[in-house]
Amino acid sequence: MSDLHPYVSVEAVTRAYPGHTVFRDLWFGVNRGEFVCLVGHSGCGKTTVLNILAGLDKPDSGGVIVDGVEINGPSLDRAVIFQGHALMPWMTAEANVAFALSCRHKGWSKPQLREAAREALEKVGLGAAANRKPSMLSGGMKQRVGIARALALAPKMLLMDEPFSALDALTRGALQDEVSRLVQEANQTAFMITHDVDEAILLADRILLMTNGPDSHVAEVVQNTLPRPRDRANLHKLPGYHALRDHILEFLLTRSRELRGNPQPGWDRKALPVVRPAA
Amino acid sequence: MNKQVPAWRAALVALGIFVALMALWEAAATSGGGTAAVDPEYAALVGQAAATGGQTPFPRPSAVALRLWELLRDPFYIRGPNDQGIGIQIGYSLLRVTAGFLLAALVAVPFGFLIGMSPLLNAALNPFIQVLRPVSPLAWMPLALYTIKDSAVSAIFVIFICALWPMLLNTAFGVASVRREWLNVARTLEAGTLKTAWRVILPAAAPTILTGMRISIGIAWLVIVAAEMLVGGTGIGYWVWNQWNNLSLADIVIAILLIGVVGLLLDRALGAVARLVAWQE
Repeated sequence: MSDLHPYVSVEAVTRAYPGHTVFRDLWFGVNRGEFVCLVGHSGCGKTTVLNILAGLDKPDSGGVIVDGVEINGPSLDRAVIFQGHALMPWMTAEANVAFALSCRHKGWSKPQLREAAREALEKVGLGAAANRKPSMLSGGMKQRVGIARALALAPKMLLMDEPFSALDALTRGALQDEVSRLVQEANQTAFMITHDVDEAILLADRILLMTNGPDSHVAEVVQNTLPRPRDRANLHKLPGYHALRDHILEFLLTRSRELRGNPQPGWDRKALPVVRPAA
Repeated sequence: MNKQVPAWRAALVALGIFVALMALWEAAATSGGGTAAVDPEYAALVGQAAATGGQTPFPRPSAVALRLWELLRDPFYIRGPNDQGIGIQIGYSLLRVTAGFLLAALVAVPFGFLIGMSPLLNAALNPFIQVLRPVSPLAWMPLALYTIKDSAVSAIFVIFICALWPMLLNTAFGVASVRREWLNVARTLEAGTLKTAWRVILPAAAPTILTGMRISIGIAWLVIVAAEMLVGGTGIGYWVWNQWNNLSLADIVIAILLIGVVGLLLDRALGAVARLVAWQE
């Protein structure tokens, strides 16, 4: 995969409301099998980026190309794991996944759907809770069902909008490890929004740093050179981890504010500067 | 200050209130009535009952209980068009309420869906709904009688009209307030309009729709009594009016009691359906 023709390509995307530019002329790409995180403060427009990738929001100009085809609205090929789990509370965990599968495989029989849904739930360790409704599941379990629902679709791209931000720290950690494993196993192309630095370091191959909004831009791309497989228990022992973390933290604490509307010299929106703090 | 109270204690207090009310009623009925002075000429004109000055006394609880037993022992007899069992009368009323209610649901739920899904339709139809909704359903009666020319069908139409609004508004509201994220899930799954409506919007809005139905059936049961007083012929409302003409007050007390009990059962029935479609986050 060359960087010239990435699998997913965001090209010249602008989103603006009257009197309020969220971002303009945004360019970046995601390669096949790559995990990209977009990091920035609230209000920088990162959810808008994700919604445009999902097809839930439309850019005012520019476009997104996935696997050679410009996207036009939502698609089963771009599965979303929502911030709130977004499960249907009147369906059991299994029915929630089966509903998604029934949209993907229109010809499948009910037993086929149930079988596949159960299999997807077993992959996230929820085989025993398949017949429970969301109200009978803990927050972490609900989000697991959301993950199972998205992965069961075998999408070209997995989109995640701060999927763990509503969970307590312990559950969040367990789910991060789980998503890391599942995405690696499936060689899944993934794009995730977060403001949790460690989460980005654990999961991402590349981390896009977005300045504060409005009229934000992607200031630079951080290449995460820490070796895989990573897990949270050993992450902080890896050489280069602290340099990487400090770089991102410093960006969030000061540079995200300073660089807003004031890109660093030599910054090119079509060829974003790449840094390797951990190398 | 809403502490849990044991059921038996509430029942005991309720029983106490009931006994006290009965005693009060018994005492009031005994002291009232009696003979009254009547103009002799008037008495000569109207005959025996008035001549003795005998008033119809307000029935005592015991008399009402006796009459209730009499009525409930054989609720389904038919002795000519003007003398039918209380069960038959309630049956007629229930039939009208059910027919009017179902017709209203058939119209209100699909239309409510459209209104709820389309902000344009919502805004366009809102003035009509706002003007028509507060109109007493009985005001439609003359128009119904004139156009339909059948009193039985007119009564059903009046029920239809009064049951329509709560269901329509609640369906529209329920559909319009379906959580954005569930609709987004359906969109990212490319679920299609019909599938989204059937599998996502309908179950999401079902509790709100059922609340509307519960309000509707309550209003329909209120209105049927008045409607039947007007159209006559059959039904519990007609029966009440008939017993008023017969001056049998005990029957009217019984009718009030039975109307209340049937209304309660209707509400409970829809409450049971509501529990079936309820969901919890």
